[in-house]
Amino acid sequence: MPELMQFLLSGVTVGAVYALVALGFTIIYNASDVVNFAQGEFVMLGGMITVFAFKAGLPLPLAALIAVAVTAAIGVALNKLAIEPARGAPVVSLIIITIGASIFIRGVTQLVFDKQLHRFPAFSGDDPIRVLGATILPQSLWVIAGALAVFVGLWLFFTRTLMGKAILATSNNRLAAQLVGINTAWVMTLSFAMSAGIGALAGVLVTPITLVSYDVGIALALKGFAAAMLGGMGNPKGALVGGILLGLLEALTAGYISSQYKDAAAFIVILAVLFAMPQGLFGKKSTDRV
Amino acid sequence: MLTVEGLRSRYGRIEVLHGIDLAVNSGEIVTVVGANGAGKTTLLRCISGVQPVTGGAITFRGDVITTVPGFKRLRRGLAQSPEGRQIFTNLTVEENLRLGAFLFSDDRVDRDMEDAFQMFPILKQKRNQAAGGLSGGQQQMLAIARALMGRPSCLLLDEPSMGLAPILVQQIFDVVSGLKKLDVTVLLVEQNAFGALKIADRGYVMETGRISMEGPAAELIADPRIREAYLGI
Repeated sequence: MPELMQFLLSGVTVGAVYALVALGFTIIYNASDVVNFAQGEFVMLGGMITVFAFKAGLPLPLAALIAVAVTAAIGVALNKLAIEPARGAPVVSLIIITIGASIFIRGVTQLVFDKQLHRFPAFSGDDPIRVLGATILPQSLWVIAGALAVFVGLWLFFTRTLMGKAILATSNNRLAAQLVGINTAWVMTLSFAMSAGIGALAGVLVTPITLVSYDVGIALALKGFAAAMLGGMGNPKGALVGGILLGLLEALTAGYISSQYKDAAAFIVILAVLFAMPQGLFGKKSTDRV
Repeated sequence: MLTVEGLRSRYGRIEVLHGIDLAVNSGEIVTVVGANGAGKTTLLRCISGVQPVTGGAITFRGDVITTVPGFKRLRRGLAQSPEGRQIFTNLTVEENLRLGAFLFSDDRVDRDMEDAFQMFPILKQKRNQAAGGLSGGQQQMLAIARALMGRPSCLLLDEPSMGLAPILVQQIFDVVSGLKKLDVTVLLVEQNAFGALKIADRGYVMETGRISMEGPAAELIADPRIREAYLGI
């Protein structure tokens, strides 16, 4: 029993990381239908910038804040320099641009910082907390709380605020969005800033557990993308549930079968779900009448 | 209220508007009729600012707005209900209407929405449904209602009768002629020349990117050339 509990706890922790990455995908996707494969680099940048700002002597909260702000600015730059000039290109081309951007960001990070693994101290110490015979790190609670907070924030933003609706409207019909007075270029800028900021926040929260180096972004982006697809792309609820499910699947497979099969098991389940529900668990079927 | 002088526009290397002159006075319903491909929609897209202009000037309420970006023109009172309705299909009817008043967040938004529901009761019934599931006529009503939520002083209407059943066409034209009472000036682009000229004060006939005739709507309806070319009488 304590064994199962331990697997569940570590599954939820990893799942919360995936959920945070997946939540970052939702905003840019909602604004433009683009899956931003540089999302993992935002997570990496959040961790790396915090590490180096902290090493330079800044207090940890300030270092984290700077990391989120700088990463958001990099997100805006990505939009202005790479996505906006290609406006009108098919979505697939834009997605390929984001893949290129992710390779570029990784290369520059390698040059500006280094290739080592880094970490900074956990926010509330490293003493494990005992829960029903299993243990969980205090930092894991920070990650889970972070994922929940971002989820609630995004959910309120997209369902309750006019700006959130304006983002949805922009992706649905850019022409009509302009005609009702929405500055669609600004909507894109805002969504890249928010996505990048959320990615960086994820990086700040998970670095004490998973460590960070210039190349951690790819794996995180892939898992986060899988989680978002499982839950239904564009839906914050889907990102949260998909992330946690993916984390649990991996942890249980690693615990009861073999850790070598954990990725395979997770992806087999995702494939099975997508066969039955191509829109993901919470994805909306698009209804168009002509 | 709205003046267009020598307007030119092109798609790539092909010029589709070769110098359009047109004026709409406050309180009027003015219609631009013409065959498919004459450039009517391009003309409206230039006026609403979503199509690049290569020559000429557009003046609205005394200001030259030729280079004002599209999303800023509604702030000046110029709204467009575009061709093909262009509603937000994945949002609900109510969300579509609320976004029509994107620029506003005062009490009048709710009142305007009630007015819209009064004008089109079917939209009230379906207010919480996804707009993509509405029928063509209902989508057209939503497109007009959404444009009115932006509190325009001048409304550009592009082919509101396109693809609708005859009974709905009449209903839409009735609504358009009722806009006069709401102090909304209308520039109506239509292939259905007869229906449009019947409710309009003045009309322009457009052929391959040029204005070929203009005059009071009643005279245009009576003109033998128009009757032959556009009314099929």
